[in-house]
Amino acid sequence: MICASLMTCGPLRKTTGCACRAPADSMQKSGFSHTRAGPMHIPDGFIDLQTAAVTAVLAGVGIAIALRDVRRRLPSRRVPLIGLAAAFVFAAQMLNFPVAAGTSGHLIGAVLVCVLLGPAAAVIVMTTVLVLQCLMFADGGVTALGANVLNLGVIAPTVGYAVYTAVRRIGPRGLRTLLLAAGFAAWCSTLAAALACAVQLAASGTVPLNLALPAMSGVHMLIGLGEAVITMLVVAVIARARPELIDGIDSGPMSHRALLTFGGLATLALLVFVAPVASSLPDGLHWVAGRLDFAQRSTTLQSAPFDGYSLEMAVATPGVATVLAGLIGAAIAFAIAWLVARALTPANRSPGTR
Amino acid sequence: MIRERLLSPYQHGASALHRLPPGLKLGAALACILLIVLLPRNAWGLHAAIAAGLVAVAIASRASLRQLLLRLLLLEPLVIGIALLAVLRPDGSLLFLSMITKSTLCLACMIVLTATTRFSDILDVLRRLHFPALLITSLALTHRFMFVLIEEMQRMMRARRSRTLVEDRAASWSGSSQVAGRLFVRASERAERVYLAMCARGWEQ
Repeated sequence: MICASLMTCGPLRKTTGCACRAPADSMQKSGFSHTRAGPMHIPDGFIDLQTAAVTAVLAGVGIAIALRDVRRRLPSRRVPLIGLAAAFVFAAQMLNFPVAAGTSGHLIGAVLVCVLLGPAAAVIVMTTVLVLQCLMFADGGVTALGANVLNLGVIAPTVGYAVYTAVRRIGPRGLRTLLLAAGFAAWCSTLAAALACAVQLAASGTVPLNLALPAMSGVHMLIGLGEAVITMLVVAVIARARPELIDGIDSGPMSHRALLTFGGLATLALLVFVAPVASSLPDGLHWVAGRLDFAQRSTTLQSAPFDGYSLEMAVATPGVATVLAGLIGAAIAFAIAWLVARALTPANRSPGTR
Repeated sequence: MIRERLLSPYQHGASALHRLPPGLKLGAALACILLIVLLPRNAWGLHAAIAAGLVAVAIASRASLRQLLLRLLLLEPLVIGIALLAVLRPDGSLLFLSMITKSTLCLACMIVLTATTRFSDILDVLRRLHFPALLITSLALTHRFMFVLIEEMQRMMRARRSRTLVEDRAASWSGSSQVAGRLFVRASERAERVYLAMCARGWEQ
């Protein structure tokens, strides 16, 4: 969660060292950085049983839709690619991206896989990674597996894919738009997953919502920037080396119905969550709701345009300020993504993808 | 090597715990975790009893306690990070302690399970429980190939570093993303070969 993505457990890498020491160094580094837990992996004991059950059901529905979609559209010769892509995400998450003062970030990968394999396959890939991390490395709780799969496996790729297709549809064709879309989508998906995580923690009575939301969204707006830049860099490398991989593997754009189902589910996941949990829990969100006058405002959730921000609007104490902060954050993220996309695609080079 | 030991949680052994059927172990671990989560927050005696039980099981498994502890310590910062948020609640400090205790016990439970049970055995249990075949297939493939891809990534990183004497932050970012991009290209090529190999061995979806 907060500490995870910006923290290295291993010794700080001195990159100016002599080359002959590099191999042993990198081995040790990777060993440590792997066990550095991924962002937002909720451990056992932080989620109560109601929340665990609700998130497990929602995650199950999301996986079922994705599985049906993959079975219908993915040719059988692509099936091994899902496993290999999950192994790739696992390995890529071990790569360190130094930020400052010994901290380093790493890739989450939801939007990257979305761009490369399409949304339905991305849900399966991310779910595979999370289940493996939970059952093999005790990274992320067993009772919180539903919540973790919902946040990082279902919400992150679907929100990311929705933003990605929207930006790509608006912008002109070409690599620059593709990169911009991927970067901004990566930022949005990170934030959406963090918001979902905050809501779940609050609904379990672990952390008050008026503390969890600003803390989680603030930190993940920064982490999301890292995710955006890494995603753009990696997509740019793949688009240069093997342009056919970007759109070739995904068997065409997702059908509107599937996209609607997905988007609907992601929204529903956040909405359905807040309403019943708020009323049924003696402590937790109810406690917060009492303080924040949440009950009256919850109706505004239904008509809100974008789930992440509407949530903040409905729940956070100084609602307008938080929404404004969110919008400014999104604008900055978009601007940074645009600048990076421009830097990565010099005008004289003709883009290789449509 | 640190890397080897941390990447594969399973510790080979022949203790009674290793020989128990994996389904039973998985079920027992899940029941234990559920019990820990459900225990009232101030039932310190019961928490201590479970902790003692887990230590006893860990000793009985004859696994290296040092490795189990190291694994626990490396996962602990995440737990404490989330728990710190709870300190600011009215009854914060007690909640903080109880959450850390519960999470640590659950972690210990999973660590002992994975130290004595192969992941492929856990997968077999999931298969018998009729988890979706596609999910099982990709879990098995991921488990099979993640070590291969990690090795491949480390080879690429090593090659890059041996050619880079002075590296600043920007070069490090572009280098790491080069490695990640190339790694995906190689993974997708490997997926083609794996598909052919699977077909040659009579795989059907």
